[in-house]
Amino acid sequence: MGSASSTLTQYDIEDVQQHCNNLFSQQEIVSLYKRFCQLDRTAKGFISADEFLSVPEFAMNPLSQRLLKMVDGLNFKDFVIFLSAFSAKASMPQKIEIIFKVYDSDYNGKVTFKDIMEVLRDLSGSYMSDKQIEEVLIKVMQEAGYSKDSSLLLDDFVKILEHPGLKMEVEVPVD
Amino acid sequence: MVISQRNPLSSRTSKMNKLTTSSSELDLDRPNIEDYLPTDSIPQPHAKLRLRDLLDISPTLTEAAGAIVDDSFTRCFKSNPPEPWNWNIYLFPLWCLGVVVRYGILFPGRVLILTIGWIIFLSCYIPVHVLLKGHDKLRKRLERALVELICSFFVASWTGVVKYHGPRPCARPKQVFVANHTSMIDFIVLEQMTAFAVIMQKHPGWVGLLQSTILESVGCIWFNRSEAKDREIVARKLREHVEGTDNNPLLIFPEGTCVNNNYTVMFKKGAFELGATVCPIAIKYNKIFVDAFWNSRKQSFTTHLLQLMTSWAVVCDVWYLEPQNMKPGETAIEFAERVRGIISARAGLKMVPWDGYLKYSRPSPKHRESKQKSFAESVLRRLEEK
Repeated sequence: MGSASSTLTQYDIEDVQQHCNNLFSQQEIVSLYKRFCQLDRTAKGFISADEFLSVPEFAMNPLSQRLLKMVDGLNFKDFVIFLSAFSAKASMPQKIEIIFKVYDSDYNGKVTFKDIMEVLRDLSGSYMSDKQIEEVLIKVMQEAGYSKDSSLLLDDFVKILEHPGLKMEVEVPVD
Repeated sequence: MVISQRNPLSSRTSKMNKLTTSSSELDLDRPNIEDYLPTDSIPQPHAKLRLRDLLDISPTLTEAAGAIVDDSFTRCFKSNPPEPWNWNIYLFPLWCLGVVVRYGILFPGRVLILTIGWIIFLSCYIPVHVLLKGHDKLRKRLERALVELICSFFVASWTGVVKYHGPRPCARPKQVFVANHTSMIDFIVLEQMTAFAVIMQKHPGWVGLLQSTILESVGCIWFNRSEAKDREIVARKLREHVEGTDNNPLLIFPEGTCVNNNYTVMFKKGAFELGATVCPIAIKYNKIFVDAFWNSRKQSFTTHLLQLMTSWAVVCDVWYLEPQNMKPGETAIEFAERVRGIISARAGLKMVPWDGYLKYSRPSPKHRESKQKSFAESVLRRLEEK
């Protein structure tokens, strides 16, 4: 696609659009490109972790480190593919898949009790002890029919999380 | 630009009115950012906790992805490159002619004006400074007039067209002037009308030289952003200056950093807790002629000045607004926000809830901690529900 500072050709836009399964309009892709170039200050073709963290709203987010692992070093095409899960047109399973990937930090396709505990630790910081987290988690998992040793797969996540109220949408500002 | 429905700024500005000051020691420095940020990351209260509620991190992820796609902080420091209008066969030669005029005719003319100005200034200033050492009052008056003069020369060297609105500042005790900050030229634009004393970051190079010699004569206070203890020393110096009767009126840029003249970032409360009247000044540059925003990350001040000198003109409006006093029961932070609102309204700037110093450092962990705290409390509370 050339260096990050060059402008996007129509061919590039259509290529990216195809890769994200038309979840973004062409205008949105152009906007995302401008944003990508804005964040990639040294025009390397990807955004480094440091550059992501220079956005204070992102740095303040409790899950920023986990997301960083997923977005660090992505080129523009993969950046758009990552964000396409947050498009309003994305399907529920697609959104749940990203949630699953955030939990499954070792990418083995399984989310264990320990994985969930780690995410809960990120979310609650120093305000909940490990013992408290464990207690809460065991209780709700048992109520849902899982034990401490269960590993959850993507299908389990879809079963648990799928409900019409699940909204995970980000709007891309279009000039 | 189409304002998207989920414009983060609108949800923030609507919360602007319910600014509460936190009583915890940590938050005395700044208003609660939590009042401005969307609160959908807090799960629904008062319903039994289920596995789905624990696993559902979608609100937090949405916030993070939203910040990646667009965030109000980065927007404050975006210089807007002018849209290329010279893209066709008729306009391009015209543009080339413009470049020739700007670089070949205007620029040398301006350099000449500036050089003449400096010669006049130095030939008057040095004798006054040295010979009138005993007659302080007269010397100060002359030095003030000379500083105003050299600033006028500077403004002329960019073909500055400045329209001043409102009553001119006068030197009275117990008052400070605050203004929004776009570039160091703000200071020069204001200084040509009134010789202010100013508080500045010490710069290296020729700017630093000017700061330590000429600006000393109008009375300047130096600070160093990177030193933490510096703040107390600076606060003391500010107070001393404001209470002194002979000093020039003090000009402060409470944003602490240059912003792109479309937004204002949070005002630091230092200027607002001196027990003095605060006189707001609003500055708005006309972007058609040149983008006066000094993006200190992208260019040095010298480059910035050269850019201004090779543009057509610097056109701006300066409004001297009604002096404000702290209302009874108002804290310094609330006072600062109120004055920021006045300045932003006058100059047509949008207010964002960020601290300008986040340009140089990461946000402090306490923002993340308060989110974590509300999550933890909500989970534990819902655990009790049967």
